[in-house]
Amino acid sequence: MKIRTERDSCISSGACVLEAPQVFDQDDDGVVVLLRESPAADAEDAARNAMMACPAAVITIDEDA
Amino acid sequence: MADPRHVLVVGGSAAGLSTAEALRRFGFDGALTVLEAEPGPPYDRPPLSKQVLDGSWAPERAALFPAGRLARIGFRHLTGVRAVALDRRRRVVRTDVAGDITYDELVIATGAAPRRLAGDRLPGVHVLRTMTDALRLRDDLLGGGRLLVVGAGFVGLEVAASARRLGVPVTVVDPDPCALAGRLGSAVAGRLLALHAGHGVDLRLGAGVRRITRSGGRPDGLDLTDGTHLEGAAVLVAIGCRPVVDWVAGNGLDAGDGVGCDPRCQAAPGIWAVGDVARWHHDGFGRSMRIEHRQHATEQAQAVARNILGAGLAFTPTPYFWTDHFDVRVQVAGFVPAGATLRPVEGDIVQGRFVARAEHGGRVTGVVAWNSAKAFTAHRRLVPAFAGAARRPTSGNEEQS
Repeated sequence: MKIRTERDSCISSGACVLEAPQVFDQDDDGVVVLLRESPAADAEDAARNAMMACPAAVITIDEDA
Repeated sequence: MADPRHVLVVGGSAAGLSTAEALRRFGFDGALTVLEAEPGPPYDRPPLSKQVLDGSWAPERAALFPAGRLARIGFRHLTGVRAVALDRRRRVVRTDVAGDITYDELVIATGAAPRRLAGDRLPGVHVLRTMTDALRLRDDLLGGGRLLVVGAGFVGLEVAASARRLGVPVTVVDPDPCALAGRLGSAVAGRLLALHAGHGVDLRLGAGVRRITRSGGRPDGLDLTDGTHLEGAAVLVAIGCRPVVDWVAGNGLDAGDGVGCDPRCQAAPGIWAVGDVARWHHDGFGRSMRIEHRQHATEQAQAVARNILGAGLAFTPTPYFWTDHFDVRVQVAGFVPAGATLRPVEGDIVQGRFVARAEHGGRVTGVVAWNSAKAFTAHRRLVPAFAGAARRPTSGNEEQS
């Protein structure tokens, strides 16, 4: 799994941090910070939840990478 | 319940497409169809009043999902096809150009449409719901002349901020002298309105609109109920939305204010509703609710998908929204009623950035943040959450099937 985020379109809802704090954080302005581009296997499901929860759809997951 | 063979989602915006994606994510491998009345690729609505309107984004950038994400869902995507009637007995949705479509499970995701004023159907009078609406309004703003906004809600005020960014003079009218107080609390609402005034927005609160005046087939102003006449070159009517339920009429469904659903978001056996159009019973608050927030669409979509697949869970979210004005982002989790007492958690409510908790009736009802998104994430759990996933519904429709 490989994760990408589109920071310019992030609306800083924090939904990703609530779903997957081991994968996502926010900078001081609240914009998404990707902590792990390829998360550990036990965090992959949380990352998928974060992708679906993001209200601005700025998280992309490549499952095959 | 065995997996349904064909799930038909009517409405292909955020709620509908998220339901389709969540169904696949949770293991549904039957046939899946999403019907959308608008032609063209799906787009997201929050940028319409902001980045699309002020031109900082090209329209394509407001695409609902990043490239490839839609394709990975694996579903039949019928765009430019409108549902016109529902036949519950035969489990059929009648469409305008694609004939009758049968289903095993139906998801109603037809959203909401702007409320209108009498006599507002003429060029130069706008509503804002669709991409077409946004681009048409933008064209008018670029033409110059004062914009008259009817309704000091979030859409009206976000548009006012975008118009000011384009250098367009703006007047905002609302009959409520305490506009937004019921959504943000009096103090934050007052500060947001002051922010607008400081950016040159002419706020006329406390008087309603009697009529739109016109000359040469275009609007040229507003007559207010207090006798005032305002001059302007374009009008935006932003007085809220009504759920789109006309096509399900006459089926015995409760469709008074959206499609009425049980705590699992089920309207009737084999029929579900999601997003702006869904009014479901929130077991946590103990009452029916209909929520038009963007975040709500994705959350409810996941609940509906799980429940279609048999989870049987009550949906008990804590509502969340954000709204952007000039250089300020306001975020709210839960509710901040007009009479709430705001207690700062970080910062100062009167100036600068802050996070505050709202207390009402002896309880914390919400958390509100002003340009404090990171701190907001840390503190939003101050709003008591409902143990939704562990909860069994207090009532349901499943037993009738």
